[in-house]
Amino acid sequence: MKKMTSSIMRFMKGKMLRYVPGMVTCAEFEQFIDDYLDKNLSPKETIVFERHIKLCRECRDYLTAYANSIALGKAVFAVDSDDLPVPAEVPTDLLQAILEARPPEQLG
Amino acid sequence: MNSPTFTESTLVSGLIESDRAAVAQLIQTHQGWMKALAERMLNDGALAEDCVQESFISAMQKVASFQGRSSFKTWLKRIVINNCLMKLRQQKHRNEINVDDLMPQFDHNDCRLELQWPAIKTPDTVLQENQNAEQILNYISQLPYDYRVVLLLRDIQELNTKEVARILECGEGTVKVRLHRARCALKKMLEPILFEEKDS
Repeated sequence: MKKMTSSIMRFMKGKMLRYVPGMVTCAEFEQFIDDYLDKNLSPKETIVFERHIKLCRECRDYLTAYANSIALGKAVFAVDSDDLPVPAEVPTDLLQAILEARPPEQLG
Repeated sequence: MNSPTFTESTLVSGLIESDRAAVAQLIQTHQGWMKALAERMLNDGALAEDCVQESFISAMQKVASFQGRSSFKTWLKRIVINNCLMKLRQQKHRNEINVDDLMPQFDHNDCRLELQWPAIKTPDTVLQENQNAEQILNYISQLPYDYRVVLLLRDIQELNTKEVARILECGEGTVKVRLHRARCALKKMLEPILFEEKDS
């Protein structure tokens, strides 16, 4: 069953993340997600980001779902071009259309 | 059709001279991946066919300007992408959703408002289920043009931010913002097939 964290728990977590040194809020965490996945964060930023992942279940789940969505987007578009069939016959009409498409200066 | 095998440079010379065998090899070597790429970007087989034909014609008209700074295939790929972008621009507002409703939510303490789910499926598990791949393609096609294009170029074609910014003639910051919003929207749309609801 899906559920939402209670508002009192969120209140306490929000205060901790906002005021304890070396922490970031969930909203700040959001701004670093792409750089984290692209490994563009500095070592210090990575430590802060990963500390937030350990402490916040919502952001941990969000990051997993976000990364899985990217992977799914890539997967449904992935076609190995080496597996594509090479046409046995070159379509004559296409060949002719391309041959006729000479640049303007060649048309004389 | 038996055509002689051209190297990249002799193929380019052959195309400049409108050599029939060179054109035949151009089609045989590149038609497959060009069509696959166009189909993926446009989500429309007939439109992709048109795009491939137009890309071959553009390539033929521009081949004299090919300077070999990238591989011929990379040069050709750029032509296909540009043609796809033109076609996507023409169908800009078809069935597009409003991504503002799909952005992550935070409370007044900047805490994430997110439902807790018992489990998140792996991409492999999601793809094993029938029709999920088709559903994902459908979701991507519903993203607004500006977001869909960035997602396609950055995540699917794996171009870097700088290259995408150059193709779309916008700033790198704009590309990053659009990519993040596109990914957030896609994640939200995929929730019904991504999250596993176990009986408690």
